[in-house]
Amino acid sequence: MKIDKNQLLRFTTAGSVDDGKSTLIGRLLYDSKSIFEDQLAAVGNSSKQKGIEGVDLAMFTDGLKDEREQGITIDVAYRYFTTPKRKFIIADTPGHIQYTRNMVTGASTANAAVVLIDARHGVIEQTKRHTFIASLLNIPHIIVCINKMDLMDYSEDTFNSIVEQFEEFSSKLLIKDVRYIPISALNGDNVVNRSENMSWFQGSPMLHELETLHISSDINKIDARFPVQTVLRPQRKGFEDYRGYAGRIASGIYRIGDEIAVLPSGFTSKINSINAGEKEVEEAFAPMSVAMTLEDDIDISRGDMIVKVNNQPELSQEFDVMLCWLNNSPVKPRTKYSIMHTSNEQKAVIKDIVYKMDVNTFKRNEADKDLKMNDIARVKLKTSHRLMLDSYRDNRITGSIILVDESTKETVAAGMIV
Amino acid sequence: MSTYYLNYLEELESEAIFILREVWAQFQNPVILFSGGKDSILVTHLAKKAFHPAKIPFALMHVDTGHNFPEAIQFRDDIVEKLGVKLIVGSVQKSIDTGRVAEERGKNATRNALQITTLLDTIEEHKIDCAIGGGRRDEEKARAKERFFSHRDEFGQWDPKNQRPELWNLLNGKYFEGEHFRAFPISNWTEMDVWNYLAKENIEIPSLYLAHEREVVKRNGSWIPNSDHLILEPREEILTKRIRFRTLGDITITGGIESDADTMEKIVEEVSTMRETERGNRSDDKRSETAMEDRKKDGYF
Repeated sequence: MKIDKNQLLRFTTAGSVDDGKSTLIGRLLYDSKSIFEDQLAAVGNSSKQKGIEGVDLAMFTDGLKDEREQGITIDVAYRYFTTPKRKFIIADTPGHIQYTRNMVTGASTANAAVVLIDARHGVIEQTKRHTFIASLLNIPHIIVCINKMDLMDYSEDTFNSIVEQFEEFSSKLLIKDVRYIPISALNGDNVVNRSENMSWFQGSPMLHELETLHISSDINKIDARFPVQTVLRPQRKGFEDYRGYAGRIASGIYRIGDEIAVLPSGFTSKINSINAGEKEVEEAFAPMSVAMTLEDDIDISRGDMIVKVNNQPELSQEFDVMLCWLNNSPVKPRTKYSIMHTSNEQKAVIKDIVYKMDVNTFKRNEADKDLKMNDIARVKLKTSHRLMLDSYRDNRITGSIILVDESTKETVAAGMIV
Repeated sequence: MSTYYLNYLEELESEAIFILREVWAQFQNPVILFSGGKDSILVTHLAKKAFHPAKIPFALMHVDTGHNFPEAIQFRDDIVEKLGVKLIVGSVQKSIDTGRVAEERGKNATRNALQITTLLDTIEEHKIDCAIGGGRRDEEKARAKERFFSHRDEFGQWDPKNQRPELWNLLNGKYFEGEHFRAFPISNWTEMDVWNYLAKENIEIPSLYLAHEREVVKRNGSWIPNSDHLILEPREEILTKRIRFRTLGDITITGGIESDADTMEKIVEEVSTMRETERGNRSDDKRSETAMEDRKKDGYF
């Protein structure tokens, strides 16, 4: 197989058991021939035990013991399939309100979100919640699949009226790219193969959309940001003076000779060399992992950021973030959390909760100052030192943070810089 | 005109290197779990790239069941010498001799589950705070739930329902004294990706992965290799077949497949048409539906 140009597309599917999410994923894997025979045999046996005729597609996505027993998804599960055009990673997340945190987790790295709507019910609260989270997490592409069309006689009118409902509520959100596809995951209409039951539909089947979405612009190639992960000092013959700054380029493009500034110190220099593994390269771009050397000897360590002199992020100790609370124990006032931002780590306190967001109605609540698991709120943070900040809208890597509670070492919140 | 995007293998490589560097930056005493299998060879190769021109800063750690493919051990020793890294061996035989574990009995006895104790003892003895593994999420349904940085409590246990959320590329490797982490830099790779990459990068692997004439016995539908540890059952006979192995585990339980694939290119070709998962020939995973989940909770790889 030719892999020279085949890209990786990560997408998230959110939904509950009832709207056919597992069946849809099962269908994608099955029709794209990503299911192995021993897996098929295992699922066939389990289906028989449950008294189901044939193969229950939904069972391909079953995970842990408790999940199988309760027929639910508890955590984010990752699935993989490859077509001759692309490799796909599905972040399969549960859709119920108490799992907002999992949805946020799955959405954080996704290029696309698949939002499932049951054609019998149209847009419901859950649809709005999923779409809101997709927009909050700035997922570049949204594919709305209107499922169970078979139960609505494949009606074009049903499809059109649901599209209208979706357009109406989503106009309040920041979404760049939405497509609508009428499908039947159970029967395979418009999933991998074009449906013969809906000749009125002019668009492409879901897999074709996923294979052709333009994703190479999803990563910011304008603002060069290079967070230093670690410093390489080989201390071996031939490399006595080598000081390489290793990291993964968050955004933008770097070339040998570029004039750079090191933040937060502000010292400037030029790029002397760029290594991608053993290979020396002239230029490198996001999301490559590289090691750079500079012309001048500057004191640089983990947590610093190398940027272009003429394009710098904001340096600040006080800023607003949209925060999603991820932990069982609610926010503790006046607590000093550890904040992780790129490779940088500092202390942070929540100065104020500006408003809480109702994820079902998109209404802001300024009176409620309580932050519990699955809540989303705009908050003011203050950090112990200045951070190198971009807004999340501009840069998903340098615009995101997590908070860690040092008394439990757990990740308690995820934030997007406003 | 150059293009400014990565293909998926390059992206997976970059992600794995990022994670390996993050391990180095966040932990005091990390090691690579090295079995001599293709996944741990791949992780070691990626570590070489991640820290070039410096040496790999991790020791290699091998949990030795005593039931090894001799070639895998030779391969391990060669790579340790070539890279100039430290080798730590945890011996299951020693765990048995010192009474830490008891050998399983019965027809299908293996040392597979015994490795858990040896692994955790060795981690404790050497004060290892992060063990880097070659586990992949596509291998098995319990592994599909793994994080890149996976927390283990002071008993070495994994709690799949209480994992730390992992967002963007922000990895939280904080722990209390006595706890440790497992890191899985190739989580997002599939078997096909691994083979494509090994072939593209021309990475040396044990010849066990290539088809050769080998002595084998048919057992539970798999071709089990003849070895000093094999005890023939009545009506079993040793045959010579053209065999290669898709995974390398304990020699007593790792089944080979009949194959003519004797070059990397042929393996890539063969794997792309495979209709069974690679762990389908591992009897350790066939024991029950939740065999992997149960072992992982106890501290398995």
